[in-house]
Amino acid sequence: MTQAARIAALHAAARERILILDGSWGVMIQTLNLQEEDFRGERFATHNHPLKGDMDVLCLTRPDVISDLHDQYFDAGADIASTNTFNANAVSQADYAMGGAVRDINLAAARLARESADRWTAKTPDRPRWVAGSMGPLNRTLSLSPDVNDPAFRAVSWEEVYGAYYEQAKALQDGGVDIFLVETIFDTLNSKAAIKAILDLQDEGYEPLPIWISGTITDRSGRTLSGQTVEAFWNSVRHARPFAVGLNCALGADLMRPHLAELSRVADTLVGAYPNAGLPNAMGEYDEHPAHTAGCLGEWATSGLVNLLGGCCGTRPEHIRAIAAAAKGVKPRPVPERSVAMRLSGLEPFELAV
Amino acid sequence: MRPLFVNVGERTNVTGSAKFRKLIAEGQYAEALSVARQQVEAGAQVIDVNMDEGLLDSKAAMVTFLNLIASEPDIARVPIMVDSSKWEVIEAGLQCVQGKAIVNSISLKEGEAPFLKQATQCLRYGAAVVVMAFDEQGQADTADRKVEICQRAYTLLTEKVGFPPEDIIFDPNIFAVATGIAEHDNYSVDFIEATRRIKQTLPYARVSGGVSNVSFSFRGNEPVRRAMHSVFLYHAINAGMDMGIVNAGDLPVYDEIDPELREAVEDVILNRPQRTAVSNTERLVELAPRYKGDKGVAKVVDLKWREQPVAARLSHALVHGITEFIEADTEEARLAAERPLHVIEGPLMDGMNVVGDLFGSGKMFLPQVVKSARVMKQAVAYLLPFMEAEKEGQPRQAAGKIVMATVKGDVHDIGKNIVGVVLQCNNYEVTDLGVMVPADRILDEAERIGADMIGLSGLITPSLDEMVFVAGEMERRGMKIPLLIGGATTSRTHTAVKIEPAYRAGPTVYVLDASRAVGVVSNLLSPTESAGFVAQTRADYVKVRESYARGPAKPRASIAEARANAFPIDWSGYHPPKPSFTGVRAFQDYDLGELAKHIDWTPFFASWELVGRFPLILEDEVVGEAARSLYADAQAMLKRIVEEKWFKASGVVGFWPANAVGDDIVLYADETRSSELTRLHTIRQQMAKGEGKANAALSDFVAPVGTADWVGGFAVTSGHGETEIAARFKAAGDDYSAILAAALADRLAEAFAELMHKRVRRELWGYAPDETATVEDLIAEKYRGIRPAPGYPAQPDHTEKLTLFKLLDAEANTGMALTESMAMTPPSSVSGLYFSHPDAHYFGTGRIGRDQVEDYARRKGWDMATAERWLAPILSYDPLAEREAAA
Repeated sequence: MTQAARIAALHAAARERILILDGSWGVMIQTLNLQEEDFRGERFATHNHPLKGDMDVLCLTRPDVISDLHDQYFDAGADIASTNTFNANAVSQADYAMGGAVRDINLAAARLARESADRWTAKTPDRPRWVAGSMGPLNRTLSLSPDVNDPAFRAVSWEEVYGAYYEQAKALQDGGVDIFLVETIFDTLNSKAAIKAILDLQDEGYEPLPIWISGTITDRSGRTLSGQTVEAFWNSVRHARPFAVGLNCALGADLMRPHLAELSRVADTLVGAYPNAGLPNAMGEYDEHPAHTAGCLGEWATSGLVNLLGGCCGTRPEHIRAIAAAAKGVKPRPVPERSVAMRLSGLEPFELAV
Repeated sequence: MRPLFVNVGERTNVTGSAKFRKLIAEGQYAEALSVARQQVEAGAQVIDVNMDEGLLDSKAAMVTFLNLIASEPDIARVPIMVDSSKWEVIEAGLQCVQGKAIVNSISLKEGEAPFLKQATQCLRYGAAVVVMAFDEQGQADTADRKVEICQRAYTLLTEKVGFPPEDIIFDPNIFAVATGIAEHDNYSVDFIEATRRIKQTLPYARVSGGVSNVSFSFRGNEPVRRAMHSVFLYHAINAGMDMGIVNAGDLPVYDEIDPELREAVEDVILNRPQRTAVSNTERLVELAPRYKGDKGVAKVVDLKWREQPVAARLSHALVHGITEFIEADTEEARLAAERPLHVIEGPLMDGMNVVGDLFGSGKMFLPQVVKSARVMKQAVAYLLPFMEAEKEGQPRQAAGKIVMATVKGDVHDIGKNIVGVVLQCNNYEVTDLGVMVPADRILDEAERIGADMIGLSGLITPSLDEMVFVAGEMERRGMKIPLLIGGATTSRTHTAVKIEPAYRAGPTVYVLDASRAVGVVSNLLSPTESAGFVAQTRADYVKVRESYARGPAKPRASIAEARANAFPIDWSGYHPPKPSFTGVRAFQDYDLGELAKHIDWTPFFASWELVGRFPLILEDEVVGEAARSLYADAQAMLKRIVEEKWFKASGVVGFWPANAVGDDIVLYADETRSSELTRLHTIRQQMAKGEGKANAALSDFVAPVGTADWVGGFAVTSGHGETEIAARFKAAGDDYSAILAAALADRLAEAFAELMHKRVRRELWGYAPDETATVEDLIAEKYRGIRPAPGYPAQPDHTEKLTLFKLLDAEANTGMALTESMAMTPPSSVSGLYFSHPDAHYFGTGRIGRDQVEDYARRKGWDMATAERWLAPILSYDPLAEREAAA
């Protein structure tokens, strides 16, 4: 199957049914209790910085673990695998002095996911599987000052953020992903740099790929960490003409619903959602039962709020299996037509209707 | 928000504002930010930021300023227009803005290639663009050229770049007219015509422009400039103009521009054939000086009364509160009079006497009297320079001088302002010191100007103590002038029992309301009536004290008995509803229009001493006419408040896991209920109750430990901006509007509290999701749950607000604060607790005994004196007398 055919099939499938994204990477990898040497492998045996905790490097040093997880999620019913590259960018990898390995991590991650997806597609050619290249929010932010005494200060520049995303996006596309998944956005400006980087790849002759933009509402007032309302966020990223927009992480399904409903109302594209397995308990663990998660997400599906579902922190293959079962046979949300209007935003939306 | 015309704030532009340029050049970014904030507060829907100035590092200034804006939510809520003629500055700006911005501007000036490149970048940054009607040949001046360039740009953008047409804004260049150069005469017609054709031929595209350019040749004559802007916009908006860089709050309404000026301006703007021997431009130039300093605004009404002699006209203007002709009429009267003072003492005072008689006989009402005062003030203001010019001119002999103030710790002044205006109407000279005035300042000022009396006002109970303190200070200073006491919490009893005894050297008089003020003051200052009035008042107060001392021989329960008779709620089998969230949620910049719908109007009329239920009051035989007129004025102002966003409403709501422990309510840090966050203290009724009646405390409405329950809290204000607006009206001599604005802010705050409570019941706490109460039902409190406020009857201890504000982080979330007397600022603010149990109800604690005060002091960590001070209004005993007896 060529990539063009796969993408055509993706658009077609999204019209037919609710598509399922995979679940958490962190919680699954943690259970394996990997040690420093697992992370280092041979390639980084002499690296000058501890690597334990750098999940993304496992794409190079323990590819078996990553492949197995992709298989587990596909087996549970996922249609789309996300690459293990949430932090595989130069800004975040600087924490491990691993900036130089970013391209290789992304290439390897995309290939591992690609291989697994293609294996599962081969088993059921009428139901292709896709790969979404995960691009996380970075550990530094463009809209907020870390120094309360100097609100104009920024710990990172646009050029650094843009450059980091550009390098990551290019490697992911070279590695064969079908979708760019710009996810867990808590500062819209970071995601705008990611979008610009993805769009600018076209100047190098890259084919445009579908983009899935997924914001994170960090507090119950319904705002992103950088202060935008859901509708303002949508106005800020709509120029990417994304394949899908949605919400993930931060809140569990119960708390995410009203914000998701709002996004579903305003977004004239597909809507995706993959909440955490509830909120962490006192021990920092996610203990929401798969049935509960799937109950909520199933209700979103039957209420016509979503086109894509999946899981974020704390969700495991059991959750994905339950979610896939709950969404099975449910009609996906019809994409609403919105009147043509100039829609701007600050922290709040602004619309100039015709 | 779906506005028809978008106001783009123009003050954060170094090319347009000398003040802003200076701030940026000097690196005073904090002040520069406040310029941006003011614009948003004044209703700018987008703010234009421009740093193009030769001596500035424009790029660095743009980045710094936009980064700073990002940390100011009340500014950052609106979209930014990144304005520069340099692409690198625009790009640097776009890299700082998380929202969807507008780029101002790009054009075909340098040809197609750079235009397409910049447009592509704008699209990928996610910005709308302003495209100037500017091409390789230069800036377009005729309608044809403007349209041609815009059409070409539109085609390039939509077909070659894939730019969404709805994100394209054309600026077809507004140029100055009436410059004296004939080629310029058609410039605004060209713009208007181009706008019409662009809107017809280029689907979804928008038209914008820098409006102030059009009137450039009338620099220095703001009234004429504003009239030109208003007329220009009227026609351009009709032709389809969508947005403009303009100081919109400052524009006169088209219909209200003086017809003669409007016609002259319109002839210029529309380049119509000249009507007279001189050109349109010359005619406007000749006319312009007449309007300098005037607003050029007129109203069409029945003008028959204008045919009467001048004294009758002045009287008519005063009685009907018409300011329109007052200066001309005053001038006419002045020319006829021997001295300007005689105009005041003659026709103006005669007119005010008519007002006074009508008021005294109940034929005029407070709102009308306050309007009359506005007319009087303007007439006097007009005459003042002439009186000062008269060398021998002695100051007018006022009937008396009164110093008025709201006491320290208190911020409420609507009633005091009304009293001040009424006294002024009656020829008293009033020095109003404002709110939160310390005793020293009041008394120093009174001594300085030789005041004839002092008036104190206060709304919250701690102000009562402060008034006693002021009275004591008057005694200490050896003052002898009368002291007047007024305000919502004051009473004849408190004045007689607490204040008068502190000030023996002069008379102390309680004034029930504004309509009594003139009577009290004139009695006190009358050489013949004063002695009798003072003696009578003293005798009355002695009686009040005696009956108070005999007074509350009502039986009281001990606190232990009262607790045993607590309000019974059967908690077994009852599952308290869980709120949709715990912790706090802030509501910034709440829609004033929504609040306006929830206003309870009855108290609004009461604040103007018009008694009756709304809306029946509007049809009332006696006060109906006054009420209708007041209501019309209130509605008109309310519309402006909402549209022009005079006020900013902010609120915060919180819920916490809670359980009752004795008479306290313990709030927990989280649902494990293992760690105590803080504790709310409540006060229990101690009146002896009949069979079946409980001694309630608010803690009775919360489940005891073992049953998970929650309480909520809120703090809302609609008062940000209130003080400034009121001050602006006052400075313009318009007390009527100042008081009206404050009264409306107050109503909006109450409406906010009511609306928030509704949302709490239906959605945020959500225990009554299906509630269908109408606004009328809300006002009648026909719903489940209560929202009692600290400082009010169910919990008279104002200091509980401290706990509540801390819990809500009210200062950060709403900008509200507490004074040392626990008054909330801004003045139009409401706070309180939420209880959800169906049996929760409002009650008054009544007076409480020493045993409960001791217990309460222990719970609060207070000494007895502190407890007795804060609880003074509800003590059933006199701590002073008891201490004296003990000593």
